[in-house]
Amino acid sequence: MKGLSYSIYSFFVAFTFSAFLLACNNSDDVPPTGTGEVTLEFDNVAGTKNLVLGSGTYQNAAGESFTVDILNYFVSNIKLLRADGTHYTVPQDSSYFLIREAERESQFVKLKNIPAGEYVGVEFVVGVDSLRSVSDISKRTGVLDPADASHEGNSMYWSWNSGYIFLKMEGTSPQAQTDAAGNRKFRYHIGGFGGYSAPTFNNIRTVRLQFGSDKAQVSPGSSPEIHLLADILKIFNGPTQISLATNPTVMVSPYSTTIANNYLNMFSYDHMHVHND
Amino acid sequence: MISDTMNLLRLSLYGILLCVGLIQLSCRSEQESPEPEPITKPTPYTWTKPRQFPEPVYDFQANPLTAEGVELGKFLFYDGILSRNGLIGCGTCHQQSSAFTHHGHDLSHGVDDRLGKRNAQAVQNMAWSAVFFWDGGVHNLDFVPFNAIENEVEMDEKVGNVLDKLRKSPDYPKRFRSAFSSEEITTERMMKALSQFMLTMVSATSRYDYYTMGDASALNAQERQGLALFKQHCSSCHSGELFTDHSFRNNGLRPLPGNDLGRFDVTQVEADRYKFKVPSLRNVGLSSPYMHDGRYYTLEEVLDHYTDSVYSSATLDPILKNDTGKSGLTLSPTDKQAIIAFLKSLTDEQFIRDRRLADPGIGNAF
Ligand code: HEC
Ligand code: HEC
Repeated sequence: MKGLSYSIYSFFVAFTFSAFLLACNNSDDVPPTGTGEVTLEFDNVAGTKNLVLGSGTYQNAAGESFTVDILNYFVSNIKLLRADGTHYTVPQDSSYFLIREAERESQFVKLKNIPAGEYVGVEFVVGVDSLRSVSDISKRTGVLDPADASHEGNSMYWSWNSGYIFLKMEGTSPQAQTDAAGNRKFRYHIGGFGGYSAPTFNNIRTVRLQFGSDKAQVSPGSSPEIHLLADILKIFNGPTQISLATNPTVMVSPYSTTIANNYLNMFSYDHMHVHND
Repeated sequence: MISDTMNLLRLSLYGILLCVGLIQLSCRSEQESPEPEPITKPTPYTWTKPRQFPEPVYDFQANPLTAEGVELGKFLFYDGILSRNGLIGCGTCHQQSSAFTHHGHDLSHGVDDRLGKRNAQAVQNMAWSAVFFWDGGVHNLDFVPFNAIENEVEMDEKVGNVLDKLRKSPDYPKRFRSAFSSEEITTERMMKALSQFMLTMVSATSRYDYYTMGDASALNAQERQGLALFKQHCSSCHSGELFTDHSFRNNGLRPLPGNDLGRFDVTQVEADRYKFKVPSLRNVGLSSPYMHDGRYYTLEEVLDHYTDSVYSSATLDPILKNDTGKSGLTLSPTDKQAIIAFLKSLTDEQFIRDRRLADPGIGNAF
């Protein structure tokens, strides 16, 4: 009796133990130092002024004044850069964000499960990479859902020319010619991933920013918030100066690359905060 | 003694069961939360490729057809709920009796009778298309409906609103549940259901098909002569069993005041000016008017176009260019009559009468 009960018990203990081991073996994927969170704040400004939709009046390099009603852009394929030249790539499916000036929440890109360590810079795509631009509809969720309510009637998807609008800026300017409705509006809808079956213009742009002497320390107890600036005046002024009088509407046209080449340079690193828990 | 051992065994068994439960709980956070148990499993739908057709290009694996999915797609296709004013369904412009085109309309009209700039294409044999619309702006059938729904001269609605309307309807949550095993109504499910239905619109049973499959009597002498002439003059573009090579070409239509640039609008490549997708000619006897802008009402006019009014421009297709200085094809009046007789043999009576494709009684056709 004793022998029997002992063997049953030892079987029971061994079974339980090994079952736990088997069931949870994926826990050793996590590096010993753990993970933390990183927040990228996209703060949209116009030169030295804060951007205020509707009421703020700004002047571009061509001396034209304008106001902005809509500013939206996609940020995707984020990488955090280390000093030794290596980087951490945010998993593809969690790496698409739509920054909307009209929605404060959207300007804080929260990256979870970032391996602990020290990061000296960030890289991201303004827009949506070509692979995702043509992927199966099951991959088009969240901000990539062509029907997503978060676009609020302000669609970032071209349904007639299937693809995303990478950056959309609309507003008014006394220098823009009156449109059919009698308004002096300007409309920049910049997209174009290079074409599906036939090559065409490609406005996918990758931005790389260094944090200077600052370092983003990530650990379970330390979650840096990195403050980036996006200066919309640079959309009009970069390699090419853009005039609202000459080009009030830019959408699906090769000229859109001129604007993409400018906005590539609108981002800069400003400062960072560290939240310690 | 025996009962003691039994008790111990029983205890250990409970222990093991408890542990298995604990293990499952302990690992919950690392697993995806399981889908709620399906109410009923949808019934697989057997989609068969017509013997004479090439392999389809649609990815059926990503969207396996089910009887319930196809049925849901049919309701969505015909229901005006997809439009802003509740009146215009896909079936309003794509009518079965005219091979899912907009019968008698050169330019399709949609919400508030607004006119579009293009003639509705036939929705048929979509499983073999890799590009959609006259300009090829969309490259996956699942993304086609966004264009129709959000186009302000067609349905003038937002897909997000359509989803809300469907969620609130008394009927659709049930239909989504039977097609996808849960009531959730998402963009993906709506588009996949519409695709499922459209994929069942296969036209492959015309008299011409019976002829190619061995029934020599299915075409008369004139139609057979027309087929030979067609192969000689037309099938470099309208090629294969689908009667299109799926390319974009300029067949010499003189630009009209609206100046539709076609493929150029999508690619912005100079060489694409005035190029349009080569349409399939299946059921062409039913799909008048013709061309991207519906400028011709009869097949006679189309044939006269190819012989007499091919407009020469930089992007005119080389096949239609001529050394003589006059562009176009050379065909006698009897040749033309034979070609037209042949084109009419592409009419598929079974297809346009197939009850499974018909409006289930919710649509508006005008
Ligand atoms: C107001 C009329 C109208 C309505 C409503 C409409 N369509 Fe269309 N459809 C058209 C026109 C016109 C075209 C060609 C448009 C173009 O090429 O620009 C077209 C083209 C298509 C094509 C492309 C066929 C090909 O060979 O490339 C498909 C598929 C299609 N429609 C499906 C639908 C579906 C699904 C709906 C409902 C969600 C719908 N349509 C609603 C008029 C309409
Ligand atoms: C060089 C390529 C080419 C050749 C050769 C050609 N077609 Fe076409 N066909 C086209 C294109 C492209 C269109 C669509 C043009 C448009 O709408 O802009 C078209 C349209 C049509 C249409 C209208 C179909 C519809 O649904 O609107 C018919 C009918 C037609 N062709 C018949 C013929 C016949 C018959 C011949 C031979 C006598 C022929 N085609 C030769 C390229 C060609």
